[in-house]
Amino acid sequence: MADFEIRNLRASVEGKEILKGVTLGINKGEVHAVMGPNGSGKSTLSHTLMGHPGYTVDGGTVLFKGQNVLELETDERARLGMFLALQYPVVVPGISMTNFLRTALNAKRGYDGKDKSKQVTPKEFRSLLKGELEVLHMDDSFLPRYINDGFSGGEKKRAEILQMAILKPEIAILDETDSGLDIDSIKFVADAVNRMRGPDLGVLIITHYTRILEFIKPDFVHVLVDGRFVLSGGPEVADRLEKTGYSEWAEADEPAVLKPEEVA
Amino acid sequence: MATVPKVDVGTDYKEKYGFFVPEDYVFKAKRGLNPEIVKEISWMKKEPEWMTKMRLRSLEIFRKKPMPKWGADLSVIDFENIFYYLKASDKQSTSWEDLPPDIKKTYDRLGVPEAERKFLAGVSAQYESEVVYHSLQKELTAKGVIFTDTDSALRDHPELFKEYFGTVIPPADNKFSALNTAVWSGGSFIYVPKGVRVDVPLQAYFRINAENMGQFERTLIICDEGSFVHYIEGCTAPIYSTDSLHSAVVEIIVKKNARCRYTTIQNWSTNVFNLVTKRAMAYADATMEWVDGNLGSQITMKYPSVYLMEPGAKGDVLSVAFAGKGQHQDAGGKMIHVAPNTTSTITSKSISKAGGRTSYRGHIKIYPGATNSKSFVKCDALLLDDESRSDTYPYNDVDAENVTLGHEATVSKVSDEQLFYLMSRGITRSEAETMIVNGFIEPFTKELPLEYAVELNRLIQLEMEGSVG
Repeated sequence: MADFEIRNLRASVEGKEILKGVTLGINKGEVHAVMGPNGSGKSTLSHTLMGHPGYTVDGGTVLFKGQNVLELETDERARLGMFLALQYPVVVPGISMTNFLRTALNAKRGYDGKDKSKQVTPKEFRSLLKGELEVLHMDDSFLPRYINDGFSGGEKKRAEILQMAILKPEIAILDETDSGLDIDSIKFVADAVNRMRGPDLGVLIITHYTRILEFIKPDFVHVLVDGRFVLSGGPEVADRLEKTGYSEWAEADEPAVLKPEEVA
Repeated sequence: MATVPKVDVGTDYKEKYGFFVPEDYVFKAKRGLNPEIVKEISWMKKEPEWMTKMRLRSLEIFRKKPMPKWGADLSVIDFENIFYYLKASDKQSTSWEDLPPDIKKTYDRLGVPEAERKFLAGVSAQYESEVVYHSLQKELTAKGVIFTDTDSALRDHPELFKEYFGTVIPPADNKFSALNTAVWSGGSFIYVPKGVRVDVPLQAYFRINAENMGQFERTLIICDEGSFVHYIEGCTAPIYSTDSLHSAVVEIIVKKNARCRYTTIQNWSTNVFNLVTKRAMAYADATMEWVDGNLGSQITMKYPSVYLMEPGAKGDVLSVAFAGKGQHQDAGGKMIHVAPNTTSTITSKSISKAGGRTSYRGHIKIYPGATNSKSFVKCDALLLDDESRSDTYPYNDVDAENVTLGHEATVSKVSDEQLFYLMSRGITRSEAETMIVNGFIEPFTKELPLEYAVELNRLIQLEMEGSVG
């Protein structure tokens, strides 16, 4: 059994069945890519795995560290070692990124306001931040800003990866992290993720386009169409999609290759 | 028919209502309100005759005025069941060491000395209606700044006092300003001379500490031309089982080119009726800023106002209200534009949870001739659940040309997307909710001195506990 095992996962949104039985095993040390056309269920997969209240689980299990994470609250999943980099990071006014990152890190370490030994020290926090900011080519001027408030598309996505770097998950889901990114931002994000790759991290990259996979080489590629995997294989699957798009599957309507206007 | 046993509420008070600190009162008025009690208060304070007469006249006005019916329900207040004056200690203290030990203990719990050590210019802490502790840094005195309790001001600065007292809020202004003028006790008096800037905030700590004790403090601040002062009052109160009334009056005069900021955080226990009249007169190019935070209390009715009397005057109200179960926060602001080229803003943030109710009530009045005036009102309400309620009552009267008046109102809930996002980083639901609420009021919090900001965030956290779901 894989470290993170999705078994026959079915989910719906507002009564409409979206995921129709998804099975996938991810081991730490592996990078999996899930590709699919619009409406195939990619975002439903990422949100259901993390427990978003707008998505209903209709069946299946997701096993991680001996627990069915589908039975856990979102924050419990996160503290267990899961992370989701959102396609559309949410703006939360009035809370600085610093405060957010520190609170999240303390939560991850099990600090509940009582046992001070679990609390991240200011010095440790500063040096942690400093290193990661450099990798992502971010300066610390964004730290006092409110969460994602007024951030450009690139800043938002880099901030997501910064959170991942700080929280050090064991299973990270990157949901369309490449969308809306210019080529420099993609490289910075990819560098940061590649730095984190290793025996302690399993990655699930969800993407429409093959572009990000040029920078983060996947070990496995799965094609999701209409809520089911229609093809799984190695990196060669991405190459094939690059050439033919999703057209060989009935409902697909867009090429997987990058359209010129996508390069911002 | 059964005979009603004769109960002397004055003597069994201690047994019946005893609390943390044993009472040791020098004087205790009887419950109820009548000319004799008012005269006794004035006599106890050794006041000049004009003040005694003003008190008695105000009592008559109070009696005649009907209870205001346009806002929160006040019909349950029993004015005959309230103590109108208590004095906890005979003498004023000038240093912390001299304070009676019981009172000291109470203040220790409230953290007054720590706050003082850090940056206070002066402390005047109200304990049971009378200011007992008061200190003032020497450099302030050297600059000619007067910062004292209002009773002492009447005694020590009679002419200055008489010139301004009751000029901004006359007794007949409303029923509760009449009541306050009849029975007022304590409060702060500040005079800042021409061109003097007071760089550190002046602070007072208020507290109700006796059951059925009305607190009727009276604050009077005079900022002479070109001066600046920031006054801060913070209130906490323990919880008692019967209703308690707090009805303060705050009068402020901001002269030409002067600036005054008045910051309040009130956290009365949830049985307190908090009915406060706050008003400032701002003259040419003067700025008046009210920063007003209301947690706690059963009912709060408070609408800090600024009368913009001369060209270039500016008024700001920034307020936050938090209403939990059984609470009604009816708050807002009033801006009265009398002169041309005057500007005002009101920013109101309210949070309702567990069936609590918040109302924004505001009045923008622009008189004929107040041309080129600008006013902007923004009220944001955050509802934490479906049973809570928020209403907006904006009243605008514009009688001048070339006026800009803006009003923006939003009502929102803690969004699922925000909660999900924070929780997806391992933050618990209740902590995430607290963060979102603190973020919502951050425009207010960031205007507070750090210690108060921290305290307010902690109070919000306490209020939020148990609001999971």
